[in-house]
Amino acid sequence: MLYIPGNNPAMIQQAGVYGCDAVLLDLEDAVALNQKDAARILVRNMLQTVNFYETEVCVRVNNFHTPFGLSDLEEIVPLQPDNIRFPKTETVADVKEFMKEVRRIEKEHGIKNPTMSIHVMIETAKGVANVYDIAAADSRIDAITIGGQDLTADMGIIKTPDGVGIDYARKRIVMAGKANGLDVLDTIFADVNDDEGLREETEYIKKIGFAGKALINPRQVDVVHEVFNPTENEVRKAYRVYSEYIKNKKAGIGVFAIDGKMIDAPVVQRAITVLEYAKIDLKEIEKNAVSF
Amino acid sequence: MTPKFKAQAGTFESSDIMILIEPLEKDSGRKVDISSTVILQFEEDIKTTINQVLDKLQVVDLHLIAKDKGALTQTIEARVETAVKRSLGIQEGTM
Repeated sequence: MLYIPGNNPAMIQQAGVYGCDAVLLDLEDAVALNQKDAARILVRNMLQTVNFYETEVCVRVNNFHTPFGLSDLEEIVPLQPDNIRFPKTETVADVKEFMKEVRRIEKEHGIKNPTMSIHVMIETAKGVANVYDIAAADSRIDAITIGGQDLTADMGIIKTPDGVGIDYARKRIVMAGKANGLDVLDTIFADVNDDEGLREETEYIKKIGFAGKALINPRQVDVVHEVFNPTENEVRKAYRVYSEYIKNKKAGIGVFAIDGKMIDAPVVQRAITVLEYAKIDLKEIEKNAVSF
Repeated sequence: MTPKFKAQAGTFESSDIMILIEPLEKDSGRKVDISSTVILQFEEDIKTTINQVLDKLQVVDLHLIAKDKGALTQTIEARVETAVKRSLGIQEGTM
């Protein structure tokens, strides 16, 4: 997910061609305090006119407890971007208060079947402590994300390249997200000139369960895709596992072996995840899997 | 409505437009001055867009200076709206 400052028309109008899976139009930290009004109006206009193609569009509004949060919601919620991001979420009460306003605005604009999902952002120690409850606080939350810069500031530590200071928070947020069936997205990597550092960090966060990473420059898109996209070998293996699973399932067999290795439900689930990342249609495999 | 304060919105960056507004005396109408990197191709379009926003917001008695760097219509509309709201004192921002 590529962060784009909400007051930068050049970047917003090109957002659909950067090749990232999602863009975040930022009304919060990327906008100076004396430009909040300008960014809000610009993003509102851009959402109505720019073609973002296949790129998912998220808008990060200001926290509800700032003078800007409610005004942001009043302009953005009626336009129903794919997602809206609530920063510095600390408690269930924060989510309830936020959602109450979102639903009020939707009702006032006659939006009966809202399509916009909610991303909650954990950026304080208090938020990390409450993250399990926050993740379950509303059925419209479909992703949870960690804000590493603010979190380290809140903790009074410096964010080091090895990320050790936020490692506990990362893992706790992943577990809270997984426990509630949410996508979990990692924080930014601030040094746009350090591709190797970005690759190492992305490989690490992929291993511990994150589904994606925040980016601050289009140059970072390819590195993150290279890490998250499965290799050809992984896709071939996953295809074989899923294909054999379908054949065995048709024959009433639950557990089987490929090349002497046991294949059970968790292995099949991992194969499905790989195939989904590779955008391979499971139904096509099912159609081609000939039973015994 | 008439502007109460001098106000500005936008930047001199590429694909943006800087809008400056200053109040004029009552019954002065509107004065719009445009400079643009694409003035030969789009002067009338830019002027029309600016006037449509001013009409919609019902503002008169102002001098508006636009310095355009190739902004799209929706950007021009956003910057004029922001500058007008700042000049009316209903929104806070630069100047």
